[in-house]
Amino acid sequence: MDTFTLLGQGLLTALEPINLLYALIGVTLGTAVGVLPGIGPATTVALLLPVTYKLDPAGSLIMFTGIYYGGMYGGSTTSILLNTPGESASIVTALEGNKMAKAGRGGPALATAAIGSFVAGLIATIALAFLAPWVVRFALAFGPAEYFALMVLAFLTVSAAFGDSTLRGLTALFIGLTLGLIGIDLQTGQARLALGIPDLLDGVEVTTLAVAMFAIGETLYVAGQGKRAQETVEAVRGSVWMTASDWARSWKAWLRGTAIGFPIGAMPAGGAELGTFFSYAAEKKLTKHPEEFGKGAIEGVAGPEAANNSSAAGTLVPLLTLGLPTSATAAIMLAGFQQFGIQPGPLLFTTNAALVWGLIASLLIANLMLIVLNLPLIGLWVKLLTVPRPWLYAGILVFATLGTIGANPSSFELGMLLLFGFMGYMMRWFGYPIAPVVIGLILGPLAEQQLRRALAISQGDPSILFNSWIAIVLWALALTAVLLPLWLRYRGKGKVLEQIAGDTD
Amino acid sequence: MSGQAENLPKRRPDRAALVVAGLLAAVAIWIAYSMTGLGARGAYARVGPTTFPYVIAGVLFLLAVWTVVEAVRGDFPEREPQDWPPVLWIVGGLVAQMLLLKVVGFSIATGLLFAATARGFGRGPLWMTVPIGIVLSLAIWFLFAVGLQLSLPAGPLERLIS
Repeated sequence: MDTFTLLGQGLLTALEPINLLYALIGVTLGTAVGVLPGIGPATTVALLLPVTYKLDPAGSLIMFTGIYYGGMYGGSTTSILLNTPGESASIVTALEGNKMAKAGRGGPALATAAIGSFVAGLIATIALAFLAPWVVRFALAFGPAEYFALMVLAFLTVSAAFGDSTLRGLTALFIGLTLGLIGIDLQTGQARLALGIPDLLDGVEVTTLAVAMFAIGETLYVAGQGKRAQETVEAVRGSVWMTASDWARSWKAWLRGTAIGFPIGAMPAGGAELGTFFSYAAEKKLTKHPEEFGKGAIEGVAGPEAANNSSAAGTLVPLLTLGLPTSATAAIMLAGFQQFGIQPGPLLFTTNAALVWGLIASLLIANLMLIVLNLPLIGLWVKLLTVPRPWLYAGILVFATLGTIGANPSSFELGMLLLFGFMGYMMRWFGYPIAPVVIGLILGPLAEQQLRRALAISQGDPSILFNSWIAIVLWALALTAVLLPLWLRYRGKGKVLEQIAGDTD
Repeated sequence: MSGQAENLPKRRPDRAALVVAGLLAAVAIWIAYSMTGLGARGAYARVGPTTFPYVIAGVLFLLAVWTVVEAVRGDFPEREPQDWPPVLWIVGGLVAQMLLLKVVGFSIATGLLFAATARGFGRGPLWMTVPIGIVLSLAIWFLFAVGLQLSLPAGPLERLIS
């Protein structure tokens, strides 16, 4: 069957009234939580995952994708009106968007971000639908050795390639890998690093770790800043609508941003925020109004926002076809899949085709709902930004613990939440990135499985890891991902990499 | 980072970063030590459940050494001083919720967490925020435990309304 037929069937699934309702609840919750300051898409998805526990897999995944896209939209609102991006992928949006808001053009900034996200989401989701089957065909040729090399590449790009320190990125990654060791070894049934505690035999929950490190760690960090972290919300003054010249200046930026963001997101390597930086640089170069850049140029919002959303759709390519999460958000989505016993990968497209295509189709629907929901209701979301900080963070902690208790009502799990939350706080304070910990935790056990399969096939001969051209290329790329940034920093060119620091996403 | 260090001559060794290095090394040694009792003997002994942990332990140890080097050279970014009392309020709230959850039920335990967090961010007084938190948590309990059937521990208050 060709992609159109499959996608059409997916649309029929997604258009069932109950699924439409799930999608609507998902995008509303996602936007509402995503708009809160300090909460990026990763935290949004982690916080809201428990809400989907009691639904059937299809409905739950549809609600979940709605939350994902909604969280992305909400994040851009925060960065335009508050200038404290909840996620690194919105840093660039904040550059020009907040300037526009200060100049009383917050409405058009939000509108170009929303419409740009819609255009990008639409094109990128369709691109995902066409690219995925092709990648699946390619991925079927992968053996355990290639998968292992691919995962090492993802590990190293996520942790070492971007951010302000190779050392701290790698340390964060290996903390995650260590946490991933805890529990029963699936092949031999032996407990590892469980300290004799029964609760640890199942391993560390990805959602607990993500909620703890992102939501609780961030809350503690903001609290630790004391009075310094005061923020002002820019009111949306004047017209929300874009003028003709806004449209003329935006549409090319949307398309360019989409074209830049998607391939970067779709690569089986980390760093989805890279697209937003490239897009910003491209717009700055191509604009007819260079004097406005730095003072609120609309292209500087339109391009990066489109790039941000299209690379978010792009990250679903490695996630769905290879089971490879390349951002913290994707890692939590993988945990969501696993909770229903679904393991993304090439086989998913044959064993569970209806589910995959229903999911891709519901992305299109969620995208449409968001634009309908966001443009008229923007005032309501902006009100959420003005919630005083004590109530805001108290509410965030209530929801963070609610999710953990709902998944596993035990004091032990709450203890883990507290422990990891404090660890997340300390890591922020010392300048360690957080995302590699989450990715290490979920991808570590999968990488170990592939490594052991490969070595079992070769009866322990490690040369099998370098036995094919694909594997060798992947290893070479992985090596570059570590050595090139080290060399750049040594040469004193680290500033560029610092800006691309992967913090929340 | 290296550029920064050159501008600030002779920063003293970063003692907190040395502690981090010590912790990393301790974890590495712990992993390696706890692997000694494990291991599948037989045909694939070399790729048993201990291979991957040993690799991780080894790399962690190297990272610990690297951290020592950066700490001594003062390469760690400068840390902003932290305002500890708010942090302690929030941690205290989380501890209270953890210990009391099974005893007094979701709403009271979570209400305490709510009030402690608000206090951490400078909003009080507790005699007002605790009841607000408990009422809010009770509403959430009703929504999620009764509506979405999540298993949230019930205490005296929850039994009153359900």
